[in-house]
Amino acid sequence: MSQDLLNFIFIGITFAVYVTIALRSRAGSTEEYYTAGGGVSPLANGMATAADWMSAATFISMAGGIAASGYDASRFLMGWTGGFVLLTVLMVPYLRKFGKATVPDFIGDRYYSKLARGVGVVCAIFICMTYIMGQMNGVGVVFSQLFGISLAKGVIIGGSIVFFYAGLGGMKGITYTQVAQYSVMAFAYTIPAVFIAIAMTGEVIPQFGLIGEYTAGGSGEAAIPFLDKIDNINEDLGFTRFTDGTMSTIDMFCVTAALMFGTAGLPHVIVRFFTVKNVKAVRKSACWTLLFIAVIYLTAPTIGAFARVNLIDSLHDKPYKDAPAWLADFEETGQMAWVDKNGDGKIQYFGPKHKDATSNTNAVFQAKKPVYPASESPADQLTGIHGERLLSVKADMSNPNELWFGKDIMVMANPQMAGLPKWVIALLMAGCIAAALSTAAGLLLVLSTSISHDLMKKIIKPDLSDKEEVRYARMASFAALSVAAWFGINPPSEFIAETVALAFGLAASSFFPTLLMGIFSKRVNKQGAIAGMVCGIGFTISYIVYFQFLDGPKDQLLLGISPAGIGFVGMLVNFAVTIVVSAFTPAPPKEVQEMVESIHIPSGAGDASH
Amino acid sequence: MKTDHSHAHRRACLRLVFILLAIWFSVSLGCGVLFRDWLDVNAPNVGTAPFGFWMAQQGSIICFLLILVVYAWQMNRLDTKHGYSEE
Repeated sequence: MSQDLLNFIFIGITFAVYVTIALRSRAGSTEEYYTAGGGVSPLANGMATAADWMSAATFISMAGGIAASGYDASRFLMGWTGGFVLLTVLMVPYLRKFGKATVPDFIGDRYYSKLARGVGVVCAIFICMTYIMGQMNGVGVVFSQLFGISLAKGVIIGGSIVFFYAGLGGMKGITYTQVAQYSVMAFAYTIPAVFIAIAMTGEVIPQFGLIGEYTAGGSGEAAIPFLDKIDNINEDLGFTRFTDGTMSTIDMFCVTAALMFGTAGLPHVIVRFFTVKNVKAVRKSACWTLLFIAVIYLTAPTIGAFARVNLIDSLHDKPYKDAPAWLADFEETGQMAWVDKNGDGKIQYFGPKHKDATSNTNAVFQAKKPVYPASESPADQLTGIHGERLLSVKADMSNPNELWFGKDIMVMANPQMAGLPKWVIALLMAGCIAAALSTAAGLLLVLSTSISHDLMKKIIKPDLSDKEEVRYARMASFAALSVAAWFGINPPSEFIAETVALAFGLAASSFFPTLLMGIFSKRVNKQGAIAGMVCGIGFTISYIVYFQFLDGPKDQLLLGISPAGIGFVGMLVNFAVTIVVSAFTPAPPKEVQEMVESIHIPSGAGDASH
Repeated sequence: MKTDHSHAHRRACLRLVFILLAIWFSVSLGCGVLFRDWLDVNAPNVGTAPFGFWMAQQGSIICFLLILVVYAWQMNRLDTKHGYSEE
């Protein structure tokens, strides 16, 4: 059976399951649309949150990041799991007790002002939009790889599917679909890893492979620690050692911290905990969530490291005509490129420190990404003398590196590189799509409820009926998805995980401090909160726009902190502004202070209302 | 009597949260970023991996999980002690 057919079968089956679930658990009321009626079990919510949380960035991009940058990618590993600790001990039990369905709802009530609620809505929209762009981009990468179509078409297909079941099912449909999606993801991620771990290190449990010994070198070679093997490869080819980083400690610290604090302020994760029965169930559910996430996060470093060894072993110094078939597949979709700079017909892959190099870059092309002539069908693509796909840009001949690959394809290419059975590859493809769809659906829900509930119902038209509210929500999802699809086709960063990291910076600088002080301080008032949110997110957005989109010069970076890490500084700005402004303005009214008291008492949380 | 309970409960919660967050910070940003170079050299290897590197890639995640389990368990205990248990 051909690979394409198997892919279709696997994805077809999983889609049939998702759609069936979405149709069966369609939301009947606004209650169910927003919080699934509040009766989801902690275990099911844990799975759904894990699926919601682990996006295309985690699933597709993160292992690729680890393969490319080794230690540096730890920022994603620690940042995206560590935030859960903050979220659980500082945020969700209290917000659940408060018992409202959305995050701007809490801000609006706690800071007794429509303006604060409005600012909350704007922040939620910015965060979710940035985040969802990365997802749409991820969906596009997978679909284009799968069907050999352009990224744009892939994004549009993926977007239509998300709209269909997120808009239809609301929170209830999404929750149960996500449970199914998590199961697909967990299998899809770990099964290839087990196969590869056995082949490379003789360990059955992939998590131990990373700290095990490399045994695939043949009987003549003595087993060496796996990490030494990969360090040696990197050094030979002129890359930084795998276990060393190239990021400065302060940048690493800030990016990791921004991801952590951002996690604790992400509206689509917070609202997931409103679906369980009471505060006790929230805590239990958080444990389950992190356990399910850890299954995948502990596998990721192994997959990344394995993929790197595999990629180099199967390509470096091999003649192009003997190269494995997947190389040509990836060239076809523009995710890999090879230029025979020295005319020997072999593929050479080198890093920036390679000793022959006269320049200090290893870029194959002047522009970072290879540009292929615009042509979609493989039959029309031009090929060179060795059969490689020709590019429409000239190669940068000042360094000897001949190979370019997109980091996002690592996970998808991994089983192919390791020569795993076809059904494993098909399963992985289904997992990639599940990851992107589940997160996109969750985000879409928050976006649409922010607009329909917080903006339309609570600010603009208080007499809105429940039915109209849900209709507005569906309209808002459509609009949001269209914008996200456009950015998915023209992403702000080449690397999915990097785009998503920006969303965390925005969340860290806006929601995290405002929610935290709203919960733990009785003194912080509306003036402080509004000023803090505006300054925090304003500062962060300006920094990101200047350095990420307007290509601000790198030497102007504040203390060398990259745009992904500036959310941490933005958070400190928010805290400082809120505290100072609150100190000079009157304390909140008595009812609000009593409310703050009451959310610290865990019992008596009713159903989340709206 | 009721107000006393809510006050004591809140203080006990905050103490627990502070302790757990201190551990959280030291295992992740501490071991994995700030002191990782020193730990790589001076701390024992985990399997074949240097300690700081391993903490950054896998160890911290395991610690986070343990922190959450302890939190859920201790908070439930506090709730029961102060009469906020719902079962």
